[in-house]
Amino acid sequence: MAPRKNAASPNRSGVAKTTKTRSAKTAKPVIGTEIAEFDRDQEIAAYREMLLIRRFEEKAGQLYGMGFIGGFCHLYIGQEAVVSGIKLAMKDGDQMITAYRDHGHMLACGMTPRGVMAELTGRQSGYSHGKGGSMHMFSKEKHFYGGHGIVGAQVSLGTGLGFANRYSDNGNVSVVFYGDGASNQGQVYESFNMAELWDLPVVFIVENNRYAMGTSVSRASAQTDFSQRGVSFNIPGHQVDGMDVRAVKAAAEAALEHSRSGKGPIILEMLTYRYRGHSMSDPAKYRSKDEVQKMRSEHDPIEQVKVRLLEKGWASEDELKAIDKSVREIVADSAEYAQNEPEPDPSELYTDIVL
Amino acid sequence: MPIDILMPALSPTMEEGTLSKWLKKEGDQVTSGDVIAEIETDKATMEVEAVDEGTIGKLVVPEGSEGVKVNAVIAVLLTDGESADAIGSEKPAEQPKSSEPESAPAEPQSASDAVPAAPVAASVPSDPDIPEGTEMVPTTVREALRDAMAEEMRADGDVFIMGEEVAEYQGAYKITQGLLQEFGARRVVDTPITEHGFAGVGVGAAMAGLKPIVEFMTFNFAMQAMDQIINSAAKTHYMSGGQMSAPIVFRGPNGAAARVGAQHSQCFAAWYSHIPGLTVIAPYGAADAKGLLKAAIRSPNPVIFLENEILYGHTFDVPKMDDFVLPIGKARIHRAGKDVTIVSFGIGMNYAVKAADELAGMGIDAEIIDLRTIRPMDMPTIIESVKKTGRLVTVEEGFPQSSVGTEIATRVMQQAFDYLDAPVLTVAGKDVPMPYAANLEKLALPNVDEVIAAVKAVTYTA
Repeated sequence: MAPRKNAASPNRSGVAKTTKTRSAKTAKPVIGTEIAEFDRDQEIAAYREMLLIRRFEEKAGQLYGMGFIGGFCHLYIGQEAVVSGIKLAMKDGDQMITAYRDHGHMLACGMTPRGVMAELTGRQSGYSHGKGGSMHMFSKEKHFYGGHGIVGAQVSLGTGLGFANRYSDNGNVSVVFYGDGASNQGQVYESFNMAELWDLPVVFIVENNRYAMGTSVSRASAQTDFSQRGVSFNIPGHQVDGMDVRAVKAAAEAALEHSRSGKGPIILEMLTYRYRGHSMSDPAKYRSKDEVQKMRSEHDPIEQVKVRLLEKGWASEDELKAIDKSVREIVADSAEYAQNEPEPDPSELYTDIVL
Repeated sequence: MPIDILMPALSPTMEEGTLSKWLKKEGDQVTSGDVIAEIETDKATMEVEAVDEGTIGKLVVPEGSEGVKVNAVIAVLLTDGESADAIGSEKPAEQPKSSEPESAPAEPQSASDAVPAAPVAASVPSDPDIPEGTEMVPTTVREALRDAMAEEMRADGDVFIMGEEVAEYQGAYKITQGLLQEFGARRVVDTPITEHGFAGVGVGAAMAGLKPIVEFMTFNFAMQAMDQIINSAAKTHYMSGGQMSAPIVFRGPNGAAARVGAQHSQCFAAWYSHIPGLTVIAPYGAADAKGLLKAAIRSPNPVIFLENEILYGHTFDVPKMDDFVLPIGKARIHRAGKDVTIVSFGIGMNYAVKAADELAGMGIDAEIIDLRTIRPMDMPTIIESVKKTGRLVTVEEGFPQSSVGTEIATRVMQQAFDYLDAPVLTVAGKDVPMPYAANLEKLALPNVDEVIAAVKAVTYTA
């Protein structure tokens, strides 16, 4: 088997290698090699944010097992640093859109755990009044444009958000998330072409978690360096350690600046990993337990922050436990809420079909 | 034998055009490839090249002549040794010449037989939405669609159009003629050939608050974009609990054109009408095209706007009003009658109207309902008519299974069973992919005789 060149790795030199073609253009450090310096408050905030996503997803998994959540349920556990780091770099007004592994994105956008969980349990007070479910939630207020169930479709839609930004000249950037699996869909490239052709303010984020459902990247992709998938459209791309929230933030800041300044789209490939199966019903037999365990123990995005906080003396074990406790309370509250809220009124069946 | 040079067709659906200029005069020598004339329609201008070598013996049609029928003899070419005396004094004006098919690039004769080129007198004045005494302006469907878009773009800066060749080329079917010049490249956007992609971009822009008009060069190509139309545009409002919507118009020619084969000839009215969340409009005349396209652009919902290439060049009266907008979801009694109800839409109306004229001569008084909107379907208008006539025939060009007609038949059976005096008959295209050969294509499409036969059957006058 060919050596993997895109394994999620904190090895900075390994990541930088693939981006050297861009470095000649600018004196600035190559995107993807930078690590943002976080102060204590930022580290604590990132820790808390990522922990909220993880605990929320763990709870969602529990509720699924108990039968409170139905259908497809795709958990984000392991990938928390990606959306958390990017959200830290986004400005108010920037839009976010993603596929169906979307709970973390919604929480990062500031949507309430109660509203998201209640949608997962199919209740009236869920974000879509129980009519969307795990894969279909939106918040205009928080500039979150879904939540889409068809692999790759959100890339064209997100490019359309960028089109609207340019049309309205509002200074906003559309941040479009998709996976290594979606990277092989044709409409992704149709979108790349138009985004670059029209210099649309779009940042494409490939969350490469190494498996498209059960198919590893190397079994599905002729070019496994997804940051280079825009080369034939002249879209620059960079690989980023998606397990380090600081690296994600630094790269996202540079990418957002690039697109916001009128230079058109840019691709960031986030090297990351999902700990759970593709969905709740996936036993993930296509990879070894050792592989998962190695990721968890050596590259966990939350653990990395925790270690730094403790090493720098910015937080004690007790303080971190207190954060964990408060996060658990928020999640427990959302679960309690989501189980006890009423189901949608039968009249909801016929509402919101057309305006 | 002198060779007839015939009026060529610029497109599969062209029926007549203007011979704007002769570039050769009688007595001139021409060789194959020489440009001999310029012809134009309301859509395009084209040069006519000589196919054969010889001397121009006679220019039959003077330059500047309008309304020259396709395949009419426009000049006569003399070959070696022939003199002008060889030219017969009387030439049939319109006759397909099997001996020289190369001088007539396309022969839409079969379509013209079934689809009359003459302007159809629409009964718009009866439309309750138009004030009495309004001036009526003869307008082509093509111009009406363009006017609708231009008016809405003037009124609302969020409205823009995107699609293949909509800007610099002025529209593949010249529907967007002049829009680039008036509104600029920001609002009249040429896209690459990338239907799936630009449909998604359009929906995304709509979700962000803009009001895109997405032109498909034809709806056949929208098959590539089906996922974005159905899964993204139609369902977002519901899936978001009403938070987000996609106010977008997908428009373009739908249905069979003429002699373009199976992949370019099909009606999608029934397909799209299946989907909750979509509005599906299929106008027939120019006034409806204008009034309903304006309504579609203003609609907060995703709208599928099905046009027809063959109807683009047809002229109808359009009321001269500052802001002529028609209600979506309302059919219109195109012709009142008492013996039988004929329901149709779009180009199907051509068959219905012609059949009704002939039926009148046979003493059968047909009522014609032009559906105009396929979804939501105006069942009250149909039911009221059926209550009066007791008989129903539907007419459309689409495939017969799960068609608009079968849907109407089902609903009428369920809602007005006791009023029916005969089974509902559905006239539709045949259950075959569209063939290319002229005779087979004609057979595959419905025709006036089939409509008449169906009416005679339900009125027991056969």
